[in-house]
Amino acid sequence: METKTIDYAKAKRKSVIAWSFAIFGACVWLLLTLTPFIFMVLNSFRKQFDMLQQGVFHLPDPWFFENYVEVVTHGFFGYFFRSVIVVTVSLVLTLLISAFAAYPLARMKFRFRGLIYAGIVAMMSVPMHVTLIPVFKLTTDMGLYDKLASLIGPYVTFALPMSVFILTAFMMTIPKEIEESAEIDGCGRFRNFFAIILPLSKPGLSTLAIYNGVATWNEFAFANTLLQTASHKTLPLALGQFKGEHALDIPIILAVLTLSVLPMIILFIIFQDKLVKGMMAGAVKG
Amino acid sequence: MRNDSNVSLAAVKRKKTTIAAGVFLLPSFLLIAIYFIYPIIDTFVISTYKWNGISSARVFVGLDNWKTLIHDVFFWDAFKHNVTIMVFSILLQIPIGMLLATFLDAAGRKFNAFKVIWFLPYLMSSVAIAFLFTYALATNGGIISSMASIIKGSKVTIDLLGRSPHALFAVIGVMAWQYTPFYMVYFIAGYGNIDTTIYEAAIIDGATRSQYVRLIAIPLLGPIFKTACTMSLIGSLKYFDLIWNLTQGGPVNSTELMATYMYKLSFQQFNMGYGSCVAAGMFILITIIALLFQKVFVVKEDY
Repeated sequence: METKTIDYAKAKRKSVIAWSFAIFGACVWLLLTLTPFIFMVLNSFRKQFDMLQQGVFHLPDPWFFENYVEVVTHGFFGYFFRSVIVVTVSLVLTLLISAFAAYPLARMKFRFRGLIYAGIVAMMSVPMHVTLIPVFKLTTDMGLYDKLASLIGPYVTFALPMSVFILTAFMMTIPKEIEESAEIDGCGRFRNFFAIILPLSKPGLSTLAIYNGVATWNEFAFANTLLQTASHKTLPLALGQFKGEHALDIPIILAVLTLSVLPMIILFIIFQDKLVKGMMAGAVKG
Repeated sequence: MRNDSNVSLAAVKRKKTTIAAGVFLLPSFLLIAIYFIYPIIDTFVISTYKWNGISSARVFVGLDNWKTLIHDVFFWDAFKHNVTIMVFSILLQIPIGMLLATFLDAAGRKFNAFKVIWFLPYLMSSVAIAFLFTYALATNGGIISSMASIIKGSKVTIDLLGRSPHALFAVIGVMAWQYTPFYMVYFIAGYGNIDTTIYEAAIIDGATRSQYVRLIAIPLLGPIFKTACTMSLIGSLKYFDLIWNLTQGGPVNSTELMATYMYKLSFQQFNMGYGSCVAAGMFILITIIALLFQKVFVVKEDY
């Protein structure tokens, strides 16, 4: 009896020590994560030359809001809305087209199904930069160069493999009976898809919306290659544009950075549980 | 007779299914054909030409570009940098992500604020991160220099991005900062997928928390580890955005990657023929490495 209590106390002491180490480590990583953000936000409220004079971790004196005014009045919202448009259009198309593709892959038996599925999955590991030169050529030939629409095709295509993969896995989990009873009631395959499968796939679709939304919102390589004029560019290119105009004014660039990451942070705080749940679905099938 | 009509009915149904499947798959096929298959083939085609990307005059040079590529020191150096980044990405991001997830799984919802803050870097675009760290790692007024100055009490300047071996490791550090949160969430999801009854059974059987993690959870997370490694591996081999905006491959090519080298050749020097050759070489190398990895590490794939 007594030995058992001693063991228990010892185990408890040990776990307290382990727990303190864990908390310490957690705080170290917290600090590592936060420091660059603190650096970014604090210094975005400084005048150009105050950064070196005041030291980068002192509170700004005075708080200088003009950086934000300058950024907002010099085209920031243009970049922002162009990004919103590209992301929205690509997202709607990606979700619809990948759901279209996932439905037969998950639900129908036909020749080459396995092969088609494997091919689409294999696309995931292909670096999209390989296609950059031909896509540039293609876009020029189609007369889409320097137009916002030029980004839609590549964005949708490169979001497809992952989306089809996850949606196929998702649709396989929907019970077959629902569809069969609908078929007996005279539902054709297309009615079936729109009335039953698509609504039931909502959780999978919302995960993909988050993923592809973030990826498209941040995409740089294609945007940088296919767009040229400042008034046609998307948000990731805005940074380079502002840097070109305010080469030495670091606080202004930091203000642009803060403004461009803010919407993502807000969205993440709202949707964080969805994100983890979505990743669970992806992680099972891995 | 009756049997016959049954067979033909089944055949008709099969045919109908195939047609329906084709219709559903058509939009994907079209996009993949235009923006994926054609460009990849075209990359290999262009790699046999000398072409500046603008003029219609392109000169067929056969395998000349490929011969150059095989002996191109810049390309193989870039490849080595990619491999270095790959190794350190797997060694840093995945274990740290795993530790953070383990912590959050044990700590519960009280520490949700930690999760939110830890995830922040992943929300920034690579371009934004590149710009942020251009200033954060600056010799003058950067985070590290400023902190060292505060500790030492006098002005210290630390040059991380401007020197040869340092720059690559600085970049690796920035990548760890950016991508660790992704693997963290991935492992959180993995922990979430473990049936709670397994945990309960283990605790009832007298296992401690650390025994549960070591002996039960980690083995169960095996497949997730594999997927995480594959993602990290492929990601590291095709890095572009961050390096392009942070160091442009410099100083003196010490952080040049295959993708940035390809981009420089194609869209700065307008040597699209050779640029395509580099892209095609990159495609071949990544495919080989990904396949080798799958062969060595794949346990069993079951859907």
